[in-house]
Amino acid sequence: MDVAEQIASGLASTGEVDGSQFLTFLLAGEEYGVDILRVQEIKGWNAVTPIPNTPEYIRGVINLRGTIVPIVDLRRRFGLEPMEYGPMTVVIVLKVMREDKSRVMGIVVDAVSDVYNVQDESLKPAPDFGSVVNVDFVQGLATVDETMVIILDIDHLLNSGELAVMDSAIEHK
Amino acid sequence: MSIDMEQFKATFIEESLEGLDIMEAVLLEMQPGMADAEEVDNIFRAAHSIKGGSATFGFSDISNFTHVVETLLDQVRAGEREVTQEAINLFLSSVDCIRDMLAGAQEGFEINLEQVAEVKAGLDRMLGSAPQAAVPAEIEPEATDGSPAAGGWKIVFKPFPDMLRSGNDVVRLFRELADMGEMIPKVELEGLPALVDMEPEEACLSWEVTLNGSIGREQVDEVFEWVDGDCELSITPLGDEKAPEDMPADKLSTAVEASPAPLQAAPLVENRRSNNDRRQGDRRKNRSSSENSSIRVGIDKVDALINLVGELVITQSMLGQLGEDFSMDKVERLKDGLAELERNTRELQENVMSIRMLPISFAFNRFPRMVHDLCGKLEKKIELKMSGEQTELDKTVMEKIGDPLVHLVRNAVDHGIETPEIRIKAGKSETGTVHLNAYHQGGNILIEISDDGAGLNRDRILAKAIERGLANNGDNLSDAEIFDFLFQPGFSTADVVSDVSGRGVGMDVVKRNITALGGAIDVESRSGNGSTFTIRLPLTLAILDGQLVRVGEQTFIIPLVSIIESLQVESSRVNAIAGSAELYKLRDDYLPIIRLYDAFGLKPDSASLEDGLLVVVEGHGQQAGLLVDDLLAQQQVVIKSLETNFKKVGGISGATILGDGTVALIVDIGGIIELSQNGRKCANSAAA
Repeated sequence: MDVAEQIASGLASTGEVDGSQFLTFLLAGEEYGVDILRVQEIKGWNAVTPIPNTPEYIRGVINLRGTIVPIVDLRRRFGLEPMEYGPMTVVIVLKVMREDKSRVMGIVVDAVSDVYNVQDESLKPAPDFGSVVNVDFVQGLATVDETMVIILDIDHLLNSGELAVMDSAIEHK
Repeated sequence: MSIDMEQFKATFIEESLEGLDIMEAVLLEMQPGMADAEEVDNIFRAAHSIKGGSATFGFSDISNFTHVVETLLDQVRAGEREVTQEAINLFLSSVDCIRDMLAGAQEGFEINLEQVAEVKAGLDRMLGSAPQAAVPAEIEPEATDGSPAAGGWKIVFKPFPDMLRSGNDVVRLFRELADMGEMIPKVELEGLPALVDMEPEEACLSWEVTLNGSIGREQVDEVFEWVDGDCELSITPLGDEKAPEDMPADKLSTAVEASPAPLQAAPLVENRRSNNDRRQGDRRKNRSSSENSSIRVGIDKVDALINLVGELVITQSMLGQLGEDFSMDKVERLKDGLAELERNTRELQENVMSIRMLPISFAFNRFPRMVHDLCGKLEKKIELKMSGEQTELDKTVMEKIGDPLVHLVRNAVDHGIETPEIRIKAGKSETGTVHLNAYHQGGNILIEISDDGAGLNRDRILAKAIERGLANNGDNLSDAEIFDFLFQPGFSTADVVSDVSGRGVGMDVVKRNITALGGAIDVESRSGNGSTFTIRLPLTLAILDGQLVRVGEQTFIIPLVSIIESLQVESSRVNAIAGSAELYKLRDDYLPIIRLYDAFGLKPDSASLEDGLLVVVEGHGQQAGLLVDDLLAQQQVVIKSLETNFKKVGGISGATILGDGTVALIVDIGGIIELSQNGRKCANSAAA
């Protein structure tokens, strides 16, 4: 999909015309942002129950008030050096949309940073790095106080690869 | 066997009302000339379900009416008829009619037959205009006919004094008459006693009514059906001044028993708010958001819950008080309080669970009657066997599985079982058998519908699939692939469209409903020996008796039903084939050993077989020994789906939350045996 289109649809879903709010977090020194309306809650890191035969970046599942929520380590997802989980390590619980269904997932990040208002026009599409870096997960780049914030397209990110729900899996069962 | 049809009738009506809401919503969105196949399919399915259900419960009016609607829709679906605005309007008014008829069936008041007749006439008209579809002969527009008198009717109506006590309301009768045409009532005051002698509950008046308009005799009879026997009644055609003809006494139909008249008191004037208004109100209420699913819970269960919650609150405040100034001498009271709390919590849990779980007999019980009726209709001899009726199933799952089961049983009876002559020719007993069976297996509920009929005709299905362009002539297809065509929308190999089945709706609905529940359906069939449909449903919210086992630092749950026994490994009984596949000699059997830590990629306490325990399990008809580090407690666990927020994981059927709040995974025995048979291949592809 065209990046501009994604931005447009992302903004349409927030229902705001003049910019959206993003929650930002730190990951290996970079600041990333996610649409704040998708954030369900922020909680500290707790032990998870690993799921067998899944990739390393899926840390496992936790019990979030009776719901089984999978936890994804974003560092490992991006192929970054994994970090020891410490007191600053937080899990951001997000609502991920796929078609018309929503799922709840958690992402492990280094630390939560801030909440920014970003005007639509200051959200720039990520440059195409060709095959070197996959920018599909990037909704756009925003500049706040001279620093770059990478706005993530979480629906795309958390429905890709091993996280994709295979409808066929049910049929084969 | 006596079955209380009343409870199922309520279910049917509610389901039908939901179906009507869907039909209405889709119809309202439909644009003339641009019928979306999906939309038409949706309406068609809803109509089909209503027809089937109403026939089952003996509401022949509704099923006849819906059949006409369905036939029209079928033409639209097949692309033979364009959707005009007129057609949409007609369908919408049909929806209203069906809803009125349902409401009538539910509450026992009479419905506005004129409106129904009018819509039906419209439908018939549209059907009559080319293309002519196959309308089964038994569908006669009986309500519209019945010698309409050109001029109208003269009705002399003299209620017996105690007529009002039986719940009849004269006002209602007149209102209905007035709906039919121009009504000129004339009151006879002769019987009116003096005011002091008047009994308020007695009917003292009588009427002479002139009804103008082209109205069928039956319609008029229908209005007075309820008061038959409670009054003197004569109905004569206008301008025909012959001696008044007495109303035949046998007019009182058996429908009266099925739907008792509402016990209205007899306030004559105040009750002006017409039934129509009220229904319109209900309708509006029903219309809101057809997406919302609901479960029906008896008020007594809710009351019981409220009681329990009340007790819980009392216990909690008692403990709270105790905690405010606690001293060691109050330890006994604290213990008592905690025991109380535990009891309350457990009762609360049991009650909440009991709301959702019901034995599958609720879904099965409607079949004996259905099969019986179908047998009569189709002139077949069929015995219905049922087993595993006590298998518990989540209530919402049960509700959704009801319709698919009806379709499957209907198909088995209609297409599966042959007629007695053919059966005798084929060397089988005259009486066919349809077997319904339900059981738990490896975290699933399996429902089997099998018949000993002719089985599926593989070649015919294939031919039909090729004809419909679903398969190519040269394709080399397996039986399973061919049988899968049955689940395509509109696929039917039946030669004749009957009232029972053969329209090719059904199977796709069945599959859709089952996959919506996260389940699957399999077909097995051997020509001449019948077919078996197996529905596999996950236990989305079922409870499971589980054995907690420990592997390394992880706790897993093995469903207790799968466990045959647990034992310590004697190394002398272990054999290894080709150095890798390990077998354990248990009595006379050799069991494959599955090292759970290996299958799940974990670090065990010890890799030595002697240090662990072997849990002998059975799944998918195969036995295996699972090597675990330790056996922990046995407990009931609530199954939580992994798929809600994640996806299906091989060898895991779900998850649950343990007492300490952590998540434990439930082992899918069938899955893990399969996983180990496929060796690392499966695990590798999952990790890729």
